[in-house]
Amino acid sequence: MSSAARTARNLVITGVTASALVLAGCGPSATDSGQAAGEITALDYYADQQGSKAWQQVLDTCAAETGIKVDRQTVPTDQLLPKVLKDASSRTLPDLLFTDNPSLQQIAATGALTPLTDYGISTDGYYPGIVKAGTYQDKVYGLAPGVNGLALIYNKKLLQEKGIEPPQTWEQLKAAATALTADGKYGLAFSALATEEGAWQFLPFFWSNGADLAKLDSPQGVEAMRFVNDLVTSGSASKSVLNWNQNDVADQFVAGNAAMMINGSWNLARLDETAGLDYGVVPIPTPRPGTAPVVALGGEVGAIPATGPDRQQAAAKVLGCILSEPNMVAWDKAHAYVPSKMDVAKKFGQENPAMQPFVSEVETARSRTAELGEKYSTVSQALGAALQSVLAGQQSPEDALRAAQEQAGRP
Amino acid sequence: MTATRAPVRPKAARVGRGGQRLAAWAFLLPALAYIVLFFGYPLVNNVSMSLREYSVRSFYTGEAPFVGLDNYVAVLGDPLFGTAVLNTAVFTVASIFFQFTIGLALAVFFNDRFPLSGLLRSLLLLPWLLPLVVSGAVWRWMLDQDHGVINAALRAVGLADGPTPWLTDPGWALPAVIIVNIWIGIPFNLVILHGGLRAIPSTLYEAAELDGASAWQRFRHVTWPLLRPVTAVVLMLGLVYTIKVFDVIMVVTGGGPANATQTLTTWAYQLSFDGDFAFGQGAAVGNLLVLVATVFGLLYLRSARASMREEQR
Repeated sequence: MSSAARTARNLVITGVTASALVLAGCGPSATDSGQAAGEITALDYYADQQGSKAWQQVLDTCAAETGIKVDRQTVPTDQLLPKVLKDASSRTLPDLLFTDNPSLQQIAATGALTPLTDYGISTDGYYPGIVKAGTYQDKVYGLAPGVNGLALIYNKKLLQEKGIEPPQTWEQLKAAATALTADGKYGLAFSALATEEGAWQFLPFFWSNGADLAKLDSPQGVEAMRFVNDLVTSGSASKSVLNWNQNDVADQFVAGNAAMMINGSWNLARLDETAGLDYGVVPIPTPRPGTAPVVALGGEVGAIPATGPDRQQAAAKVLGCILSEPNMVAWDKAHAYVPSKMDVAKKFGQENPAMQPFVSEVETARSRTAELGEKYSTVSQALGAALQSVLAGQQSPEDALRAAQEQAGRP
Repeated sequence: MTATRAPVRPKAARVGRGGQRLAAWAFLLPALAYIVLFFGYPLVNNVSMSLREYSVRSFYTGEAPFVGLDNYVAVLGDPLFGTAVLNTAVFTVASIFFQFTIGLALAVFFNDRFPLSGLLRSLLLLPWLLPLVVSGAVWRWMLDQDHGVINAALRAVGLADGPTPWLTDPGWALPAVIIVNIWIGIPFNLVILHGGLRAIPSTLYEAAELDGASAWQRFRHVTWPLLRPVTAVVLMLGLVYTIKVFDVIMVVTGGGPANATQTLTTWAYQLSFDGDFAFGQGAAVGNLLVLVATVFGLLYLRSARASMREEQR
């Protein structure tokens, strides 16, 4: 055998060995038996500093209470669902999963989740809206330790300077936003991304005006979109709302570039930390005086994927601990969420005045998936696209919503 | 591939031929295994996915009914398809044209040695070294309509009265992301072309100078023809890189406003992951993109082979 051939043979052996190693590395590890119920994995998307710290505290408390070690993983919000899908196909789902409530039904539809009733976790005392959001085909798969919603947050100083009262109706909101727009500053900021985030921000206007997700292009829906569009075309809100996510909106508000913003309660901790910022919170203005706004119910629900009986039991213990009243309140206080149990929320609102508008909104809030189930994501995608198209000046509210309805109605 | 043809061998050496062939295959095997494992397998999977109705459910159950070409029909019939194709074409052509011309100009400029030229050249590599997400985020701030430094600068030098709606106007957004991508792509063109210039013997320039050639004539008749093989490589790689650009657009505009910067890559992502979860359709768009890149790759190989034959003659 020539030396070249010998080298080649050796190379082949090396190559085959390397490939075998690679393949071994790709496969599921076989050492994970059902015995390790003393330890579970948990997945969430609280990637921001305050949220992450607050959540870690809750997990630490419950790890100590139950004696179960919680191995936590955090991914950015938009990567949670792709990761869950990937994990589902490789059967490496976390034992405890915290996901945005509108995506719960989709995950449940895959069959990867187990009903919480299996573990004796009760839904008594929770807001019906949040139970509905966690329900798929009459079984509850997810429950939340806290919920959130959107409200109008305003800069007290800027409003006082102009002698403006916090707006309660669309008329007042429009007038206030116009009056507060001056010197490169805008009256109002909100997010109008072409995604779920934009749809979620638009829904309070859409629903409060009596429109329905089953028929996007109803006169009420068109009217709501025209109202939001007028805020932008009149210059009371920057055209940059097209690119802002809700964090960007909060940045604009903190920087004093916007006098009012539509944003969620989870921003309050950050606003509190900003020196010299005096803010107030009122429910989102409604089309007519004296009516309650209908906002979308936000927040994450905890679910238990099918990962093996021992691990599921352990995960249920930890979830039960997270849902217990003291931990629920601790988490909601730290992250400015509204407790998902009605009587706890009532007390919570009385003790935290800045949270009271959010608490009262939750009573009338609607679950995004209650009506449409797993089809919601298609509809919200179409609604977000329509909003962008209108605000960018591409289509009239009527045309955009008609197109959205067609797209959403496609099988 | 073309250069590996074995030279003709005298008859006496025939004995070792079987062993030689075995050795040749053995040398090929690791590369082949790599390609099959990390390139072939995902590709085949993607093609199979594009022929199925692959939903969120399929990930867990593994069930994805075969639907033939339905996904392709749906994608081709989507009103966004035309927009995405046009945007991809404009984005690619405009990016490559400016990246190449500016890169070439800078390469020629830096070919002359002058004080600090080395330092300046290495500083120009910066856009290439930064993570794309970082540059994208910074550009997003700079292009901001109300508080961005670019609009402030334009106002300061009197080039614009009002703010330019870079990222909020459907007509401006595509030029804006193209500018960002040009900025990112210049260093690559500069480095490769600079290397190509270095390889041109300086004697040719001296001879041309003696013959009285002007600077332009030296560029036109010495630099340009001798740089042609390098140019072909740069343009080819640039094309493949640019046609699949995803992160820059995703960070700067996310495909918006109102789909004004939606290219085939961002659209494929949107179909798969944003709301619709039409993974089959997303895969179909991805495959169309692979097809286009392959066609250009083959064109390049053909032209490379032709020019090689020319040189051998």
